[in-house]
Order: sequence, then C-alpha cells, then structure tokens
Amino acid sequence: MLTAYLDTTQIDGRAVLARPNGYSSVTQTNKISDQTAFIIAVRDNRDRAAFAQLFDHFAPRLKGFMMRSGVGSGQAEEIVQEVMLTVWRKAEQFDPNRAQVSTWIYQIARNRKIDVIRKENRPVPEELAEDPANEPDAGQILAVEQEASQLRQALSRLKPDQREMIERAYMGDLSHQQISAQTGVPLGTIKSRIRLGLERLRHELKELR
Amino acid sequence: MSAITHHTPDSLIAAYASGNLSQPYSVVVAAHISLCLECRASYEAHQTVGGTFLETSETELVSEGLKAGLLDLLDEPFEAQKTYQRSGAYPGPVMEALKGKPPRWKRLGMGTRQSILSSGPDGSVRLLYIPPGQAVPDHSHNGLELTLVLQGSFHDETGRFEVGDIEIADQSLEHTPIAGMGAPCICLAATDTPLRFASLIPRLLQPILRI
Repeated sequence: MLTAYLDTTQIDGRAVLARPNGYSSVTQTNKISDQTAFIIAVRDNRDRAAFAQLFDHFAPRLKGFMMRSGVGSGQAEEIVQEVMLTVWRKAEQFDPNRAQVSTWIYQIARNRKIDVIRKENRPVPEELAEDPANEPDAGQILAVEQEASQLRQALSRLKPDQREMIERAYMGDLSHQQISAQTGVPLGTIKSRIRLGLERLRHELKELR
Repeated sequence: MSAITHHTPDSLIAAYASGNLSQPYSVVVAAHISLCLECRASYEAHQTVGGTFLETSETELVSEGLKAGLLDLLDEPFEAQKTYQRSGAYPGPVMEALKGKPPRWKRLGMGTRQSILSSGPDGSVRLLYIPPGQAVPDHSHNGLELTLVLQGSFHDETGRFEVGDIEIADQSLEHTPIAGMGAPCICLAATDTPLRFASLIPRLLQPILRI
C-alpha cells in the first residue's frame, strides 16, 4: 500500500515538501491525502502503481457521474477510460498548490461529458503560464485539503433537499433555467466557504502571474 | 491593462463551472476568466464544489477488464489536443471559436462590423467592431446578453466598460452602447435569442444581418 507522508521543513518561513521521501512511513502530523500523493507520484515519476490506485478510487465515481447524465454503462466506461487517460497524459498540468486532485479530475470529466454527451466543444479558459519553480509546497497542499474538507462538511450540513439540488447541478444535468431558479438559495449557504477559498486562490494566482 | 471592474456574476460562474451554461455564453465566460484572475479564482472555487461531489456521490462498479485495458494504453503514442493561445486582442477561447484564423468581418453600416462565431438554437456569439465614438444600433433583447470588451471601450446607460470588463444585460435593459474615443471597440457578445432592434429599419434588416 502506498502511503505517502510528507516531511515538512521550514525554509525561509515556508513549509516545503521533501519529495524523495514519498513512500516513507515517518510519523508526521502533517499528512497529505493518499490521492494527492498518488497524483504527485504520477506527475513527477510516471508511477503506474500510483495511477492504478487513482483508477481504483476515481473510476467508479466517474462512472456514476457519467451515468447520471443518462448514458449506458458501456459508454460511461469508455468516457471513464478517456478521462483517466487524460489524467495520465496531462498530469504535469496538475498543480497541487492550487487544486485538489478531485477538483482537477472533475474538471476533465465535466469537459469530456459536455464534448461527448452534449456533442459540443466546451470552451475552456486559457491555462495560466506554468511557473517552473513552482514546487509542491506541503503547507499550501495541506491548506488546500483543509479547505476542501471544510467545504465538504459545509455541504453535508445543508438540508437534504438543498444538498440534492446542488449535487444535481454539479453532477447531473439540470437545465440552465432550473439552475437560475434553484441555485440562489443553496449556493448562498456555502458561499462563505467558497469565499475562503477565493482569498487563498487569489493570493496563489497572483503569484503565478 | 486597466483593472477589471465589471466581473462575471457568481451565478454565471457557477453555471459555467458545473457545465450548465450554454455554448455561446460559455465562450464569453471562458474568455473573461482568461483575462480576469478574480473570476478565475471564483471558477476554481466552484470546481472544488464539483470535485467534492465527485468524491462523495454514488459510485458504479466498473467492469473487471477496464483497468487492465487502460494500463495497456498508457504507453500508446498520442497527439496532444490543439490548444489556442491568445492572439492580439483575442483570448484563447475566442481564437478557438475562430479556429485560429482572423475574424471575417461583415459590415453593418456606419463603420460597424460583426463576425459571427456561432449561431444556433442555443443562441449566438459574435465579435462586434465599433469605430470610436460610434453607437451600436439601439437594441433590446429577449434574454440575457453578455458583452466582453476585448479592445477599446464603450459606455452606455449603465456605466463605462474597458478591456476585460463584462456587461450582463437582461431583457429589461434597453441600452445604447457607444464606443469610447481612441482605439476602435471590439467586443465579444453572446445572446440566447436574436437581438430585437428598437427602431424599424434595423428590425427589418435583422433576419438578413442575423444580428
């Protein structure tokens, strides 16, 4: 079992990630999630075992995501395969300082879903220029993970019908009219969470420019 | 570039991030995010919501052979998908809609030109070219109109819009955008229905010009 812990060291006041130690089992309080460790191993070392772990975790979720849009099991699996292949091929674009692996895979899957199921070519924003010096930063990764976990908790505290509505908006296929009519209320509830994320992202994005 | 003061509303970013925005509007929102760090941050935050649901929502068992089949594909050679870079005033998503070529302008009179990027049942998205000081024909519209300034500026009853600014006009707004002095104003505009012109002659021309 791949279990990645991070050694964090303070350099210039910033926590940095000691990467060669990716598979060590040193007891550390600061531990990034397995998923993040796997994608970093795929990105930096083309690690097939780590990729297989990501597949085991995400493939059933991606298949569920696709089938909610009404495609059959066979086509859903084809899309899952394409999405995971994109994860492998574009792994160098993943920036753990900015996003969770689930966020990044969601984005790939959603684009693919629109391209295939709606037969549209989804317009996507320009990628930000990569900063070659942008090494994974353990403190930053943990902050991203902590925010995502707070967001998850905030979502789980919603009333079931509100949660269901937002979930359908992000996972299923509500029409634009339904979204406009429905998202106002529940999105307001989680807005403070998103706003926290915004502050961090703004800071992070400015550094990238 | 001056600071962007007119942003994409959160509801539209949420709709775009969750894949619920129609294609014409998506071109404009993707172009705005390409120019605006604040809206990019908001977009990424909304995608985090999507990622959270991906983590927690219902799963479906995958076939036994799927993983092995995929692992066999990892070393296959592949062609990277073409991505379009910004060119002059046109952000990547606009260059993609233009298929990498310069816009093919059609005259609308009084020096104003348009280049339709796509038009269909979901609405249309076009580039508009308005000479300095010139007014866009007085118009109103049935649904939402998104206008992103790519070059120059314009002002109307609601304010002044410069490069990177996006105007969100609903059907209640009967506005007359006028291009600022200086460089000609180039805008990216999307509507979900054909524009209705307020004066008679443009209205008669509407089906011909497809404006």
